[in-house]
Amino acid sequence: MKSLVAVYRRELLAYLTTPLAYVFVAVFLIAIGTFTFQVGAFFDQGRADLASFFAFHPWLFMVFLPAIAMRLWSDEARSGAIEILMTLPAPTWALVLGKFLAAWTIAAIALALTLPLWITVNFLGDPDNAAIFVGYFASLLMAGAYIAIGAAMSALTATQVVAFVLAVLVSFVLTALGLPLVLNFLKGAIGGATAEGLSALSILQHFDAAQRGVIELRSVYYFVSLIALSLAGAALAVDSRRGG
Amino acid sequence: MLLQVEGLRKSFGRRVAVDDVSFSIDVGEVVGFLGPNGAGKTTTMRMIAGYLEPDAGQAKVFGIDVALDRRRAQERVGYLPEGAPLYGEMTPWTFLRFVAETRGMDKDAARHAVTRAAQDTRLGEAIQRPIETLSKGYRRRVGLAAALIHDPMLLILDEPTDGLDPNQRQAVRDLIKRLGKERGLILSTHSLEEVEAVCTRAIVIHRGRKVADTSPAALAEQYGGLDAAFRTLTGGEEGL
Repeated sequence: MKSLVAVYRRELLAYLTTPLAYVFVAVFLIAIGTFTFQVGAFFDQGRADLASFFAFHPWLFMVFLPAIAMRLWSDEARSGAIEILMTLPAPTWALVLGKFLAAWTIAAIALALTLPLWITVNFLGDPDNAAIFVGYFASLLMAGAYIAIGAAMSALTATQVVAFVLAVLVSFVLTALGLPLVLNFLKGAIGGATAEGLSALSILQHFDAAQRGVIELRSVYYFVSLIALSLAGAALAVDSRRGG
Repeated sequence: MLLQVEGLRKSFGRRVAVDDVSFSIDVGEVVGFLGPNGAGKTTTMRMIAGYLEPDAGQAKVFGIDVALDRRRAQERVGYLPEGAPLYGEMTPWTFLRFVAETRGMDKDAARHAVTRAAQDTRLGEAIQRPIETLSKGYRRRVGLAAALIHDPMLLILDEPTDGLDPNQRQAVRDLIKRLGKERGLILSTHSLEEVEAVCTRAIVIHRGRKVADTSPAALAEQYGGLDAAFRTLTGGEEGL
């Protein structure tokens, strides 16, 4: 537990003392603003809700969060500092979890910085704040899933760019499986039941369900499982280094 | 016995990096690991430090098998990796605190340990400056301080003086001599003069195998100088 906290604090400090995290959070905020107001036509909807804001989260997270997570392990492998980390008497899961939580914290900060939007809708109208809260909660969980995928890919390679591309690819497939367009195509290709099953495994389906204002237990379970599975993969990849 | 290495073996693909290496080390011994580049020194040290798992054989620290009970063994070993990689954006102070806390020390213990290790390695003012702005000599001291943070009985230092200027080298050697008195210490080096200056024992490794294990004086006497010993034991294929 002490090693987990130490790793978490070190990683968070690394994010906060290098410009990378600031740049990504700033660009993320600009992007989410542009999408919400320009593409999502927030003001033209005439509705006091954040649907046009949340709708873009999966697609933006899919690119921004791998960029946050890509350095977690690749950077250590490239600089050789991983040798220090792995010769400390700490369990691998504590290293993996500490790093993941630090990156997730950065995502949570980025999400928290969108709260002025929530204030705005409350100023303009009378939104369902419980639904908005559920939306933020689901968004945070989903961010965890994307970061865990990014962390796993980062553990596989010593090159940050490769980690980034792999993570975006995996995230895209896991997300796009939930698109009606993809679903229809798959129905033709592999049959209805299989396609429906695959689609039910997509990030998008579970996130969209939460946007209706209720988060189902199975969606929480889905995101937590996805995080756990990805982190277990990361731990395996890290431990396999010992084999040479 | 501080360290017992028995029949250690490691291959990467088809290349055998370490081939059946055995030795043991007691308190008060400073063992110099000698051998050409790629002889298997670093791989052997990495297996003792628990960074790599051996394919066969075992390394035991205080009787604890590193591969079977990695964390308990690692609690008793201080390790300086080759090139002393560090986190450049941290200061030595925050870095050493991180190492101490990852080793399970609480805040007070960590602060004491960092202060002591910084004094031992004479970090001085440098402790508050970002590591990436420090000279090579100071960075090496930070790496050494990290290896010493938990006051281990066994120290494994991979090329601790490599790339340092003569003054820095002398400072690190003095430190090694001081540390070696009541601990067991293995260091790898290319400098034969260093082995003569600080080591009580020399182990020569060539193509993954141990080819000599004796005192530097005995080695020099047998082959007519350490230089000649090194060339006779490991030379041959690289002649012009």
